[in-house]
Amino acid sequence: MKAKNKVGIYGYGAYIPRYIIENSSIAQVWGKLSTPIKSKTFPSYDEDSLTIAYEACRIAIESSGAPKDRVGAIYVGSESKPYAVKPSGTVLIDALGLSRRTLSADFEFACKAGTEAIQAISGLVSSGMIDFGIAVGTDTSQGRPGDELEYTAAAGGAAVIISRASEGVLAEIEASTSYVSDTPDFWRRSGEKYPRHLYRFTGEPAYFHHITTSVKMFFEEYGFSPKDFTYAIFHQPNSKFPQRVARMLGFTIDQIKPGLLSPIIGNTYSGATLVGLAATLDVAKPGDRILLASFGSGAGSDTFSFLVTDLIEERRAKPPLRAFLERVVTKDYSTYVRYRGKLML
Amino acid sequence: MPEITEWRDRIWRYRLIGTKCKSCGSTYYPPRNGKCFRCGGETEEVELPRRGKLLSYTIVYQAPTLYKHSSPYIVGYIELSNGTRLFAMLTDIEPGEVRVGMELEATLRRLYTYGDSGHIVYGVKFRPVVE
Repeated sequence: MKAKNKVGIYGYGAYIPRYIIENSSIAQVWGKLSTPIKSKTFPSYDEDSLTIAYEACRIAIESSGAPKDRVGAIYVGSESKPYAVKPSGTVLIDALGLSRRTLSADFEFACKAGTEAIQAISGLVSSGMIDFGIAVGTDTSQGRPGDELEYTAAAGGAAVIISRASEGVLAEIEASTSYVSDTPDFWRRSGEKYPRHLYRFTGEPAYFHHITTSVKMFFEEYGFSPKDFTYAIFHQPNSKFPQRVARMLGFTIDQIKPGLLSPIIGNTYSGATLVGLAATLDVAKPGDRILLASFGSGAGSDTFSFLVTDLIEERRAKPPLRAFLERVVTKDYSTYVRYRGKLML
Repeated sequence: MPEITEWRDRIWRYRLIGTKCKSCGSTYYPPRNGKCFRCGGETEEVELPRRGKLLSYTIVYQAPTLYKHSSPYIVGYIELSNGTRLFAMLTDIEPGEVRVGMELEATLRRLYTYGDSGHIVYGVKFRPVVE
C-alpha cells in the first residue's frame, strides 16, 4: 500500500517500566531448566497500558513540537486495555491536553495492534481528513503463572505521530504491505484473564509464515531487497524468532541489532515492534532506510519501509529509550506477583 | 457517587493545572478558585512546569483504604522549577532511595480504583528525572 499523498513520522517516543524480573527467578519457582530470554519488564503497581501510552505520547509530542491542536486522531493498539469498554484515548486526550475535536479508538490485533493503528492513521492523514494523528502500541501483557508466556510477557510501549510529508517528517513512510489469515496460534476469550496458545501453531504456521509472506510480498511489490535497508525490526516475542526470521529473509544480525530489545525487556506485545523502531530511530542517520515487520497472533503481519530524513537530528526522542533501559532495577518473583495483581486478597 | 467528584477534578490532576494570581504572581496547586490567598488578587488557570526538586517527604505505611495497594508509599513536598510548592505521591522510587534535593518530574499514574464500580482514578505523581 502506498499513501496517495506522502506521509511520515513527525515525532516518536517510547517508554518501558522501571522494573524487570530475570527469567531465572521465574524458572526457579516453576522448576524449568531453560528459559527463552534473560529478563523482562513488568509494570509497577500504579502502571497500566494507558499510563505507558501517556509517557510515550508525551515524549513524542514534546520532542517533536507537534501542534496539539492539530492532532485529529489517537488510536491505541493494545491487548491489555484498562477498560474493556472505554477507549484509552479518552483519558489520553485530556491528560495530554490534545484537542477534543478528534477521533479516538482502541485497536486490537494481538501484537500488531500498534502497526494496524499506523496504517489507519496514515490513511486519514494522506486523505486530508486530519492533519496529525497518533498511533500507539502499548501493553502490560499477561502470562498465566507457570505458562511459557510468563517468561516473556512484558510491559512497554511507543507512540508515533503521523503527518503529511509536506509538514516535515523525520522519516517518510515509503510503502507498506499487510497480510492476514485465520491461524489460531494464540487468543484470549472475552472475560478471560490470561491468553491461551496452541503450541504447534506458534512458530512456522504463525510467526514465520506471516512475517516472511508479508515481507516477500513487500519486496515483490516495491522492488526492495534486504541490502536496501540499513536497519530492520521484526516482531520480537523472544530472542530466537526475530534473529531466525531475519536470516531467513536475508538480513544480517547487525541490521536488527539496534531494535532487538526482547532479550532484556521481553515481549511488549503491541509495543514490541514500535519500541524496536524507537530504539532504531534513536541511532539512525539521515538517509537510512528501515524495514519494520510486525506480527499479531490470529494472525497477521504489517511490513513498512521508513526513509529517515535530515529532521531526525532535531526530533529524536528525549529521553531516548536507552535512558529508560539504564534505570531498570531487578525485582524478585514475589514483588512481580504483587505488582501484577496475581495475589488475591 | 465519589466517581463524579473525581471526574470534576480530572484535568488538574492529569496535567498540573494550577492557578496564578494576576496581581502578585503567586501560584497554587491544587488550583485555588477565587481570590489569591496572599494578596486577594484575581487568579487565573495556568499549566505548571513538570520538573521540580524534593524539599521534604514522608513514608506512609498505614495507608487509607483506597491507597492500601500502594503501601508503603512516599508523599513528597516538591518545589517546581517556577517556585510553586505542592504535595504529591512519588513513584518509581523505593523508600531507601529517596533523598531531599533530588530532581523530580511529573508523570501520570493510577491513583486508586473504586472497588464496586471499577472506576480507575488517574493523576499526577512525581518520579526521579529520566534523561
